[in-house]
Amino acid sequence: MESTALLQKLTAGMAFRGNPATLLSSSSASSHFARVQASAWPIMQGSRLRRLNVEATDLNANAFGTMPHSSTGLKIITKAVAVKTERGSTATAQQGHELLLFEALREGLDEEMERDPTVCVIGEDVGHYGGSYKVTKGMAEKYGDLRLLDTPIAENSFTGMAIGAAMSGLRPIVEGMNMGFLLLAFNQIANNCGMLHYTSGGQFTIPIVIRGPGGVGRQLGAEHSQRLESYFQSVPGLQMVACSTPYNAKGLMKAAIRSENPVILFEHVLLYNLKERIPDEEYVLCLEEAELVRPGEDITILTYSRMRHHVLQAVKTLVSKGYDPEVIDIRSLKPFDLFTIGNSVKKTHKVLIVEECMRTGGIGASLRAAIMENFFDELDAPIGCLSSQDVPTPYAGPLEDLTVVQPPQIVFAVEQLCKH
Amino acid sequence: MASQLLRRAGKLINVSASATKNLASSLAPISQANRSFASAAEDTNPITIEIAVPYKAHKCEPPSLLATTTPQELVQFFKTMFLMRRMEIAADSLYKSKFIRGFCHLYDGQEAVCVGMEAALTKTDCIVTAYRDHCIHLGRGGTVKEIMSELMGRKDGCSLGKGGSMHMYKKENNFYGGNGIVGAQTPLGAGLAFAQKYSKVEGVTLAMYGDGAANQGQLFEAMNIAALWDLPVIFVCENNHYGMGTAEWRSAKSPEYYRRGDYVPGLKVDGMDALAVKQAVKYAKEYALTKGAFVLEMDTYRYHGHSMSDPGSTYRTRDEISGVRQERDPIERIRKLLLAKEIVTVADLKNMEKEAKKEVDDAVAQAKESPQPDPSELLSHIYVKGLGTEVFGPDRKEFTAVLP
Repeated sequence: MESTALLQKLTAGMAFRGNPATLLSSSSASSHFARVQASAWPIMQGSRLRRLNVEATDLNANAFGTMPHSSTGLKIITKAVAVKTERGSTATAQQGHELLLFEALREGLDEEMERDPTVCVIGEDVGHYGGSYKVTKGMAEKYGDLRLLDTPIAENSFTGMAIGAAMSGLRPIVEGMNMGFLLLAFNQIANNCGMLHYTSGGQFTIPIVIRGPGGVGRQLGAEHSQRLESYFQSVPGLQMVACSTPYNAKGLMKAAIRSENPVILFEHVLLYNLKERIPDEEYVLCLEEAELVRPGEDITILTYSRMRHHVLQAVKTLVSKGYDPEVIDIRSLKPFDLFTIGNSVKKTHKVLIVEECMRTGGIGASLRAAIMENFFDELDAPIGCLSSQDVPTPYAGPLEDLTVVQPPQIVFAVEQLCKH
Repeated sequence: MASQLLRRAGKLINVSASATKNLASSLAPISQANRSFASAAEDTNPITIEIAVPYKAHKCEPPSLLATTTPQELVQFFKTMFLMRRMEIAADSLYKSKFIRGFCHLYDGQEAVCVGMEAALTKTDCIVTAYRDHCIHLGRGGTVKEIMSELMGRKDGCSLGKGGSMHMYKKENNFYGGNGIVGAQTPLGAGLAFAQKYSKVEGVTLAMYGDGAANQGQLFEAMNIAALWDLPVIFVCENNHYGMGTAEWRSAKSPEYYRRGDYVPGLKVDGMDALAVKQAVKYAKEYALTKGAFVLEMDTYRYHGHSMSDPGSTYRTRDEISGVRQERDPIERIRKLLLAKEIVTVADLKNMEKEAKKEVDDAVAQAKESPQPDPSELLSHIYVKGLGTEVFGPDRKEFTAVLP
């Protein structure tokens, strides 16, 4: 399809930031939609969620047939009943303490560094600056410069250095200031980190944690909006986990540090300011387990990281429409928790994967293949997969919104799949 | 015609007769001298040897040209270097008879670097090198049998047959391999030194690389980091003047690799002289333990090509190779030294050589009989896990059975 024609079609129904009512003056029904939209989507703590009106030419929608125009198709209920979303096993309402996700990461890190003197953090601006996302703020004063090591801008070598240190007994945590910068260290991660346990016949373990924020942010540009989970998933020997809430961020951080395997912990730039109440007691989560966010009967929605929150937004709409989706945050990107996923598929018989990776070769692609191979007989419908577009993330706000999966698309996809 | 030949033959016989007479007379004083083979190997009286080729220093004072050693050490040098040479030659013939596959990078010609280094280090010091690692593994306490088994991909190999030529490690002796990607081991070396400093271990790390890897950016990153934090790492550039097929003058603007650390002091060493290497490494170790990073450039040479797939003669002349072999061979140098100092006799050396050949031949025979790894080894050591879970790919299939 002609790119300009596509663009025209896309922009025809698009909401521009800051002034939703200005657009869509051509269609009276859509301006009603725009007004309704503004109030229907709640503001997520620490991040403004822009809503989006997507035309039929949306590539994801092609998988499910043409998406109807908003004025005729989507019926938005302004006062959706708030569904009590179970977030795994969180603390009870009264006990525990409230904090933001980056603070939860810091808490986990702090506890582990206190517990084990061989744990150290290596990265750019982690020490004196306190971390570019404040994850290590205040820790250099507590633990010293050697354990919170400020490195020069040399990802390849400081990742290699961390791997060398891990080989001889330390437990380093490498922070990529942005996950995308770790592409410079791809050789070290793929060849040395992932393989040394194997090629040395089991002599060396690499108990390293590689973490950092990734994902599409707020107009950060193409090179700072990378999703590396798709690139690293083929490297044998690595484990990958993605956190999405303060509760699982702290638990996964601790588990990753304690693991003897190299673990890549994917955080998301936009989730650092999520607030949640987490237990006071110490807890460590399992690296290979998925999290049942919301039990349901109609369809299994598999998601991770930021898309979990988009899914939960969509679930509010779906529930008000009478659907009962089961939402699972897969958390473990490699290996998949096919046990939890399989049990869910056996119950609902329909699967929708919502991810932020690119469509080509992403986590969804592998997960689809794994589910198909293992649970084909349980499926009543083809596995749906909503992923980001295979494009470099554009800078312009509306275009950026179009690259990532938005809640209306999720609602539409669920409706289509549930027709089976 | 025939008589001419006879006369010539007679002359030859006469010559050899007189030669044996001379030999006999020359042998007599040696056997009458106080040392025989058995005691030379245990003789630890220090002797001083002058190093022939002077050091070239960068931002530091070169060490003294007078090296102290002992007859025992010199004999050990000879034995180890000869063993390494035989081992590499055996690997050559095994590769040609297709017992060893893939890439096989041989170290013959460069043995002095390895034995000289080991003489100045302890097992607390860490060594990391690139793919030309068979002899370094031997120097770090490996056996010829496990090296040969690993090269042939057998179960008794040092990495259980799963690593191959380029992935030999010995954790208990702090040998960290064995790395396939050029230059990627230098940041690892900085990391090992960082761990030594962190855990307050009294040791240094030798991060070895070649003249080809000297142009890698990650090496400069590692040098910057090491100098910045005073890590006890010695960057050892084994300059054999060719990065596979490209000569150093064609790949480096400044082939003075000991200077390329800029703010990191460096030393250029004659890498074919085991004693010079030992002296330099001792000096560098002292520097690294007290002050910080150091660079050593070992001027050495490899007789084989880059690997067994490279004939080694398309980018250099055979005359050059044989010239170096005649003038600078490390084993011949020690041999001449041993004979000149009358530490051993020619017969003793021949015995040592025979023993080394036998050791290598035995090891090869044993390695050939070692079994291939079990198919279940395909999936072991991917992850570190107990409890019977050996591997799980993205769809969590656990394999413990035999593969088809």
